[in-house]
Amino acid sequence: MFPFNFEWIWDMSHVVFMGGLWYALTILGIGMTYCVVKSTIDAAKDDGGHH
Amino acid sequence: MNGYGLAEQYSGISNQRRGTKVMDSALIPNGVRRCSLDKFLVALAVVGAVLLWGVYAMLLCWFKGLNQTNMNDNYGFALWIWADLAVIALGGGAFFTGFLKYIIAKDELKNIINYAVLIGFICYSSALLILAIDIGQPLRGWFIFWHANVHSMLTEVAFCLSCYFMVLTIEYIPLILENRQIDRVPFFHHLSHNMHSTMAVFAATGAFLSFFHQGSLGGVAGVLFGRPFAYREGLFIWPWTFFLFTWSAAAYGPCFTLMVTRITEAISGKKLVKDNVVELLAKISGWMMTTYIIAKIIDTFYWANVTAPSKGFNLIDFYSNNGFYGIWILVLEIVLGGIVPAAILITDKGRKSPIARNTAFVLAVIGVSVNRWVMVLQVMAVPIMTFDTWALYFPSWQEVATTILPVAYGIMLIMISYRYLPIFPQEAELNPAD
Amino acid sequence: MKQEHGGVVTQKYGMVVDLDLCTGCGSCMVACMAENNVPFREDETDKLKSITWMRVYKLTNGKHYPETDICYLPRPCQHCEGSHGHSPCVSVCPATATDYDNQTGIVSQIYTRCFGCRYCMGACPYHARYFNWYDPIWPEGMERYLNPNVSPRMRGVVEKCSFCFHRYQAAKDKAHLDGQKEIDEDAYQTACTQACPAGAITFGDLDNPNHAVHELKKQPDTFRLLEKLGTNTKVYYVSSREWVRRAGDNYLKTEGLKKAVL
Repeated sequence: MFPFNFEWIWDMSHVVFMGGLWYALTILGIGMTYCVVKSTIDAAKDDGGHH
Repeated sequence: MNGYGLAEQYSGISNQRRGTKVMDSALIPNGVRRCSLDKFLVALAVVGAVLLWGVYAMLLCWFKGLNQTNMNDNYGFALWIWADLAVIALGGGAFFTGFLKYIIAKDELKNIINYAVLIGFICYSSALLILAIDIGQPLRGWFIFWHANVHSMLTEVAFCLSCYFMVLTIEYIPLILENRQIDRVPFFHHLSHNMHSTMAVFAATGAFLSFFHQGSLGGVAGVLFGRPFAYREGLFIWPWTFFLFTWSAAAYGPCFTLMVTRITEAISGKKLVKDNVVELLAKISGWMMTTYIIAKIIDTFYWANVTAPSKGFNLIDFYSNNGFYGIWILVLEIVLGGIVPAAILITDKGRKSPIARNTAFVLAVIGVSVNRWVMVLQVMAVPIMTFDTWALYFPSWQEVATTILPVAYGIMLIMISYRYLPIFPQEAELNPAD
Repeated sequence: MKQEHGGVVTQKYGMVVDLDLCTGCGSCMVACMAENNVPFREDETDKLKSITWMRVYKLTNGKHYPETDICYLPRPCQHCEGSHGHSPCVSVCPATATDYDNQTGIVSQIYTRCFGCRYCMGACPYHARYFNWYDPIWPEGMERYLNPNVSPRMRGVVEKCSFCFHRYQAAKDKAHLDGQKEIDEDAYQTACTQACPAGAITFGDLDNPNHAVHELKKQPDTFRLLEKLGTNTKVYYVSSREWVRRAGDNYLKTEGLKKAVL
């Protein structure tokens, strides 16, 4: 899973397979972070506007 | 206090005005009617009892080991792996409906996408649970990630399945956030909105992941070159079953979504999704099924005439000399569970007739389940060495209970979600309050 | 001669089993169980849950008396090489818990890494892989007779014949200490080979002309199990009886007997 696992080999299979995995995880991670951060800002704005 | 939901705060009144006030009315979506809390809780308890039975069996398997099952050294893969493959195929409605809605922009499907996501969420969480019971050393389950063998189809399954489950969770969260009370919290209100607007990205990732894990589930059997019944040639590293599984999940998954929708309608006594939406999804499903079944027939023909004979087997060897697996199962899968429902769903007349349509859904669900069954259990049953014998197996009650467990869990999650979340956008319109 | 990869001498260990000599006495099975600490239960009636790394099958020609004939076929793990080490089980293991060793040709099983998914068992057409359905429990006092060189396995993992790999390791160590570059044929023999009273099993480096198996596998009546599947096994069988050789693989009715690929 990680390059520091002893069975890891820098070959095409590992790069493609793990690349796909980390790519998907990154998209999900960035997407969710964006949503959470934006929602926090939006909520803070609402709160500010209310006062 | 915030500016949100002040109006909504009092909107529970609509339930009262109809004279159907229920105790938990503040949690129930606006403009819809639900049964009394008592009735709901009794129903929940009944299903919960079944769930507990399953949990007991699950604990037996975890603490006493897999000797609680009727699996053996000939049947290392059995009922559970079938259940996994089947629920994932049936849960394929989520990714394919999402793909159609967000990528192909079939906007009408927004009226069923929530339910497709919920059903998908249930199917995938069930699959993960069953896998956790199925492994001999559950505490080492993480090895599949940590010590991943990238050449194994099962590794691909585990990775994509877990990732896609994350996607389904991400798709299900906004639905939970739309609960009237949760929605009043500004952060959750915005989170739900922002997640909705980013959903196309998540749905696209989900479709990408689904393509691979549905396929690799097909690959699980297809790569077994030691098992002539399962083995298929293919493209690069992927056997034909890889593509057939993805295709069939996309084709048959929506039928399961539609079948469960119909069952929900029958139980709730309400129309929840308009016919044009059902017919649209049924039509797409029908055409997908038609193309799939043509590909499946070609695959079967090639396998029966080229692949299997090259290993010394005639087609009939796989379907004779045993007490269960006859050629009937091939007919059931391809004709009754494939050609017939496909033929019904691609015709206008078939789709418009509720009886024909619903029959097609049931047949399709049977068809894809039988396909997954033969690709797991019949693979194990067929003797390969000439001095070997057919191995037939019947699951133990623990296996059955742990397989029913996710069904009970699914029913409970649907009951709770249906009661408290606005799953069906057309429900209020189709069932006017007054 | 042996192949050398990057200066490393490689072997290809395998067996030749003469089925005309095998009497079906089961000594190989017993020796294997004792040598490898194979667990057993009080009630072993369900053979589909019994662990037998080495299993003797009884084959019959299906004919009536007086033409009836039987043959006993000892079946250890076949240590398939497949195509370039792509053996059926190794390629499917999701946790890299089983491996094809290019240096010895032995398919290994790492018990502490196996998490018991049993995919390898589904992949193996020889039923050579066994799952520990139960905790390994030995009768009182018997644990003192366990082989200290072989780790017992825990419940919930898969195990199989290792060609007594611990003996290979010991022989390798000894050869190294003795300043020898290669292991003698006698220095590394499996327990089943040594236990066979009929001398039906011969074990050694299939690629080494100094080892008996190198020539034995070239006999005209040699075959391997299920060759058509492309498993490329390292256990060869010999029998002068055609029906036995034919029982080694599946043939279409019109098909003639295939010769072993060497």
